[in-house]
Amino acid sequence: MIGAGMTLFRRRLQETGKEMCFEATKMALDSAGLTRADVDMVVCGTAPDAFDGVAMKGEYLLDGSGGYRKPCTRVFTGGGTGVFSTIAGWWHVASGLADVVLVVNEEKMSSCQPHPQSVFANIWDPILDRPLKPNLVWIFAMEMNRYMTVYGVKKEDIARVAVKNKRNAVGHPCAQLADPNITVDDVLNSEVMAWPVQRLDISPPSDGASAVILASEDFIRKRRIKDRAWISGVGWCIDSTMWTDRDLVFPEYVARAAKHAYKMAKIDAPRRQIDFAEPYDPFDYKELHHLEGLLLADKGEAPVLTREGVTERDGKLPVCPSGGLLGVGNPIAATMGMKIGELFWQLTGQAGKRQIPHEVHTGVSQAWGDLMQYGSVVVMKG
Amino acid sequence: MRVGIIGIGMTAFRPSTPEYNWKELMFEAASRAYADAAINPREDVDSFITCAEDYYEGFGIFDEFVPDQLGAALRPTCTVSGDGLQGLANACMQIQTGLVDVAVVEAHSKASDVVTLDGVIEHALDPIWNKPLGAHPFVVAGLEADAYLRATRTTPKALAAVVAKNRRNGLRNPLAAYGAAVDADQAMRSEERFAPLRALDISNPADGCVVLVLASDRAAKKLHSNPVWIRGIGWASDSPSLETRDWTGATYARIAADMAYRLAKVRRPATDIDFAEVDDRFSYKELQHLEALGLAKKGEAGTRVVRGDYGADGRFPVNVSGGSLGCGNVFEATGLHRAAEVALQLRGDAGVRQLDGVRAGVAQSWRFIPSATGAVAVLGAGP
Repeated sequence: MIGAGMTLFRRRLQETGKEMCFEATKMALDSAGLTRADVDMVVCGTAPDAFDGVAMKGEYLLDGSGGYRKPCTRVFTGGGTGVFSTIAGWWHVASGLADVVLVVNEEKMSSCQPHPQSVFANIWDPILDRPLKPNLVWIFAMEMNRYMTVYGVKKEDIARVAVKNKRNAVGHPCAQLADPNITVDDVLNSEVMAWPVQRLDISPPSDGASAVILASEDFIRKRRIKDRAWISGVGWCIDSTMWTDRDLVFPEYVARAAKHAYKMAKIDAPRRQIDFAEPYDPFDYKELHHLEGLLLADKGEAPVLTREGVTERDGKLPVCPSGGLLGVGNPIAATMGMKIGELFWQLTGQAGKRQIPHEVHTGVSQAWGDLMQYGSVVVMKG
Repeated sequence: MRVGIIGIGMTAFRPSTPEYNWKELMFEAASRAYADAAINPREDVDSFITCAEDYYEGFGIFDEFVPDQLGAALRPTCTVSGDGLQGLANACMQIQTGLVDVAVVEAHSKASDVVTLDGVIEHALDPIWNKPLGAHPFVVAGLEADAYLRATRTTPKALAAVVAKNRRNGLRNPLAAYGAAVDADQAMRSEERFAPLRALDISNPADGCVVLVLASDRAAKKLHSNPVWIRGIGWASDSPSLETRDWTGATYARIAADMAYRLAKVRRPATDIDFAEVDDRFSYKELQHLEALGLAKKGEAGTRVVRGDYGADGRFPVNVSGGSLGCGNVFEATGLHRAAEVALQLRGDAGVRQLDGVRAGVAQSWRFIPSATGAVAVLGAGP
C-alpha cells in the first residue's frame, strides 16, 4: 500500500457520492505521487445501495472513483466491506493482472430519510424475521447481552472502549464524534436504546469516503517508493444466514478469517507478533468481541485488557488508535479509512497526533458485517 | 498458471418459478454444478462468489442470504456487485494469486419476484440529471439503438434477423424460456416500444440460476477433471453518465475484449475464435457487441446477420444458445450463462445445439440499462 486518503466524516455532507469518491481518490493519489493515468484497475467498496438511493451504486460512483474506461469491480459484503475491498484490491495485484490498483470506499447514509436505520429493515429474512420488526440495535443488544452474561462482563468495562476510542479520535482530522472529555459515567448515563445498549455505546451513521492505493513489488521498486506497508495476510469468512441458530458469544467467522490471514502472514503467535489492531467497533462491546475473535485475547479476557490499559494508544497492544468507528464515524464501507488507512499511516509513521509512541511493525485490521455473520481480516507489515 | 471451468450447473430459465424461492433456485444449480465437477463444496472449495445487486434481490445486504444453499457457511464468500462474467474474472484472479485452488461463481435472476421491475431499473439512473426526466429507462436503449443504426448504416431488417435467429435457436435449447418460431416479418411487425426497438427486439425477464466451478490447473489435475480453459478475461466501464459516454460503439466491450485477447494471445479474433455468445438483450446489442469485439468490421454485422453468417449453420455462429432473446433476460446471470454455453460447446456437451469442431469461443456480457459496463472471456478447449 503506497497511499491513502479520506474525507471528513459527518452526519450529512453536501457532496454527492461521486464527489466524495473524487475527494478521497484525489487525496490518495496525491499522497502516493500518482495520477489517474498510473492506475490500472479500480475496486469500489460500498454497502447498501439504498443509503445513497441509487440502484447499481457501483456504476454511479465509478467515474468519481477514477474508473472511466478502466476495469472496475465493486464488492459488497455488508459491514465487512471496509476491510474486504482491500482484500479484493490485493487479489487484483497479486494475480499479476495489475500493477497499480485504486480501492475507493464510499457511503452516503444521509440521503436516506428519515433515518438510515430504515434501510436495515430490509436485511432480515422476509418470512422468519421481518414480521418481528427487528432492528440492528435490538439484535446487537442480544449479542452484547449474551457476551456479558457468559463472561460476567460489566457495562463499565465495555464503556471504557467508547471512552478510549472517542478520546483517541481527538487526534483524527476527519472525526465526527471525537470527545476529549467523555467519561465512563457519560456512557452509563446515556439514553437506553435497547438494554443493554445505550446511546453512547453506538457509532453514528455518517457520510464519507476513503481510498487507498495498492501497488506491486515491481512498481514500488522501480519507482523507489519509500512510504509503503505490505499486505502480508488476508482472510474472509461468512457464517450461516440463520443467526438465530448460532451462539453469539464468539464470532467464529472472525476467528476463521483471522486464522487464514495469520497463516498467510506466517504469524503463529498473534498475541506476540501483532503490535496493534484496528478491529471493527460499531458498538463498544464489538471491539472486545472482535479482539477475542482475532485471537488477541482469550475468551472473556478482552474487558480485562481494556480495564488494565493494555489497549490504550500507549499500551502494550494499542487497539483502535484511529479512534475507530465510535470516535471517527461509521459510513459503513468508508470506515476503510480507519481500519486499513490507519494501519498504513501508523506503519509509515504518518499518523500525526495519533502515532503510537513506540515502534510498530505489524498491524491487523478487521471488519464485520451482515447478520452478525461476516469477518474480513487484513494483516499489514511495515 | 491456468484457470479452467470444471463444473457447470444451470436450472431451466422460466418466466416464473413459483415453486422455488431464490435459495432453492440456487441450491438446484449449485447441486448440479457440484455433481458435474464431482466435488464436495464443504471440503473442496476455497472461495464462493455471488454476483448480485440488492435491488434485484429485494434485500438490503444480499450476501447474507447466500451461504447455506451454496455450501458456503463458515467459508470465504463474497458478493461481486456485477455481472456473472465480472464474478468469473474475480474468481480467476483469486486463483491466480495461488491462495485459492477451487472457486465457485454463482449468479441468478428471480425477476418474477420483483413487483416493480421497471422501477428498480429506473432507480439506477443518475438521480440528479436523468431520473427526474421521468422517461422509462428503456428509452436509453431506444436512443442508443437509433444512434447505432445511423452511425453504422445498419437496417431495421438486420435487427429482425437477430430476433428471428435467436428466438428460433431457443427452440433447440431445453433451458430456454422463450424459444419461438419467429420470423423476421413478425419481428418487423411487432409493436413499436422504444423506437426503433419493437416488442420482439426486447428480451423478456426470466428466472434462472447458473453456477460454475473453477479450478487451477493443479487442482483440476488432482480432481481428474477435463477443464475448459479460461484463456483470457477482461472487463471495463465507459462513463456511467449518459451525457459523456460513447453512444454508438460499445467502448466498454472493446476495451474488455482488448484485455481478454491480449491475455489469451488472440491476435486475429475473427479467425482465432470459432463462435460467440454475446449480450443481445436488445437485438441491436448483438450487432454492436460483435463489432466492438472485432468479430465484424464496423457497420458489417448487420449485413452479415441478414446473410446468415451468424446462424447455427453459418460461418460464425452467434448465440446458438438462443441468447437472451431466446432464453430470457436473467439479469446478472446473463454473462455467466454465456460462459456456461461456450464451455458446454467446447466440451461437446451442447446436445442438439452442438457446433462441430469448435476449439475457442468468446462469451461477452453487458450490465444492462443504464450501465456502460461489460466483460469478455475467451474460453478454449483442452489440453
